[in-house]
Amino acid sequence: MTATLSADQPSSAALAPPLLRFEAMGLAYPTPQGPYPVLEGVNLEVQAGEFICVIGHSGCGKSTLLNTVSGFAKPSSGRVLFNGAPIQRPGPDRMVVFQGYALLPWLTAYDNVYLGIDAVKPELPERQKREIVMEHLELVGLTAAAEKTITQISGGMKQRVAIARALAIRPEVLILDEPFGALDAITKEELQEELLKIWNTQKCTVLMITHDIDEALFLADRLVMMTNGPAAGIGEVLTIDFPRPRSREDIMEDPRYYELRNQALDFLYNRFAHDDDA
Amino acid sequence: MTPVPSSKINPANWWKQNRKAILPPIFGIGGFLLFWQLSSSLGLTKLEGPLSLWTDERTRELLLYPFFDNGGLDKGLFLHTMSSLSRVAIGYSLAAVIGIGIGIAVGLNKGLNRAFDPLFQFLRMVAPLAWVPIALVMFQQNQPAAIFVIFITSIWPILINTAEGVRQIPQDYRNVALVLQMSNRRFFTKILIPSTLPYIFTGLRISIGLAWLAIIAAEIVMPGTPGIGYFIWDANQNGYVSEIVLGVIWIGAIGLILDRLMAWLQTRIASGR
Repeated sequence: MTATLSADQPSSAALAPPLLRFEAMGLAYPTPQGPYPVLEGVNLEVQAGEFICVIGHSGCGKSTLLNTVSGFAKPSSGRVLFNGAPIQRPGPDRMVVFQGYALLPWLTAYDNVYLGIDAVKPELPERQKREIVMEHLELVGLTAAAEKTITQISGGMKQRVAIARALAIRPEVLILDEPFGALDAITKEELQEELLKIWNTQKCTVLMITHDIDEALFLADRLVMMTNGPAAGIGEVLTIDFPRPRSREDIMEDPRYYELRNQALDFLYNRFAHDDDA
Repeated sequence: MTPVPSSKINPANWWKQNRKAILPPIFGIGGFLLFWQLSSSLGLTKLEGPLSLWTDERTRELLLYPFFDNGGLDKGLFLHTMSSLSRVAIGYSLAAVIGIGIGIAVGLNKGLNRAFDPLFQFLRMVAPLAWVPIALVMFQQNQPAAIFVIFITSIWPILINTAEGVRQIPQDYRNVALVLQMSNRRFFTKILIPSTLPYIFTGLRISIGLAWLAIIAAEIVMPGTPGIGYFIWDANQNGYVSEIVLGVIWIGAIGLILDRLMAWLQTRIASGR
C-alpha cells in the first residue's frame, strides 16, 4: 500500500523545475519609522499540481505571502518566480478566490462566472463560453441557482460561485484566502470535498490559507506553517502523504493523522504561541 | 411597494393596508392650513390665509382654469409650469451628463480631485440668484442664461456624489478587475457604472429639487415669456400677494412630484441591479 502510494508521489516531479519558487523573499511595508518587515527569508518550492495549505496565527503575513504570488504585493527583497520568471502583476493564470468572495452583487451567479471567462478569453465563441460557465456551475452544484443574483443566495453558494468563476478560466495556480472560514461546519465539509474532487480533475496547483488544522490535513499535500510576525517566515513544512482520493474516515483512522496533528498543534501553540493574543 | 393582488382589489382591505400612509399627511397638512388661516384671521400675520386663494377673484380664476390660454402671458398656471419644466429639463439634463462625466474623472483621479475639489466646494455654495447677473453677462441672452442658472445650481450634488461613488468602489471589485486583467472599457461598463449607480441616483435626486428651486431665479431674467417663476416675479412687482402664494403652492407641488418621481426611479434602479 505504502509502496504504490509513494510511487505516484512527486518523485518524477522533483526533476521538473518548480512551478513556483520563493528565493530568500522578504517584504517590508514603509512606515514613517522606517520599513516594517512583514516577511523575511522565505524559501519554498511548489511543484505543479501540488495542494499547499498555509497556516499561522492571524497577522503573521499569510495573506501577504500569497499576495506575492497573485501579484497584489511585491517582494522588497529576494524573488518569487512563476514558471521561472519573476511575478510582475496580477493575472488570470494565478486566479484568486478572495476572502469576501468579491462577487458582483448586481449580477446573477451565471453572469459572475461569465464575466470572468469573457474577460480572460474574449476570443472564444459565445456558445463555448456559455458551455464553460454552465459546466463549472454544475461542478460546484449550482445549476439550479444560475439565474439567482448574488444577493439572493447563501454564503456557501457565494463561495461556490467564487470557486466556479476562478476555475472557469483554468488558472495554473488557484489561490484561496481562508475560503471556508465564514461557513457552517456542514457546508464547509461539503465544499472541502468538492474542492478536492475538482482539484483531482483539473490538476491545478492550489495555495490555500486556512486556520483549521483538520482542514489542512484533509486537503493538502504539504502544510506550510509560518512563524509569528514581524519578519515572519516559514517555520516548518509538514508533508501529508495520505493516499488519494482521501476520505475523512480513512484519514482519521491513520495513526499518522494524530502524529501530524500534534506536530502542527505543538508548532502553533507551544513553539510559536501567539503571545499578544490576550 | 405593498403587495396587492392584481386581479381584484377589495376596497376595505386596500383602506386597511394604506390608511397609515394616507391619514397622517391629511391631518398634518390640514392642521397646518388651519393654523395658517387662524393666525391670519387673528391678525398674527399680515399674510392672508389660504381661504383667500378662493375668495380673491384673480386666484380663484387661476385655480379653476389652469389650462386657459389667451395668448401672450395670459395663460393658465399649468401652461406656465410646463414652459418652466421644459427649461428645467434642459438645464438639469446638461447638469446630469456633465456632472456624471466630471464626477467619474474626479473620482478616478486623485490629482484631479485635489486640484478641483476646493473649487467645486466653493462654487456649490453660490446661491442661484447670485448666478443671474453673471449668467447674463456670460451669455448676453435670456434663454441660455436661465438654463445656465439651472445647470450651475443643480450640477454639484450629481458631480460630488458620482465622484464619491467611484471612490467607494470596493477594493475587492478593483482586485477582481486586476486579476482578470480587464480592459478599461470592460471595467467601466461592468464594474464602475453598476457599482456607482446608487450614488449617481442619490445625486440626481438631490439635484432635481435644486434645479426646480432655481426656477424663480432663472426666470427673473426672462420677462415676457411664460413660466411659473416669472409669474411669481410679475405678481410680486404688481403686489398680488394671493397670486404669489398660489404660485408658491404650484412650485411646491411640482417639486414634490419631481422628487417622488426620482425616488421611484431610484428604487427601481436599486432593485434592478
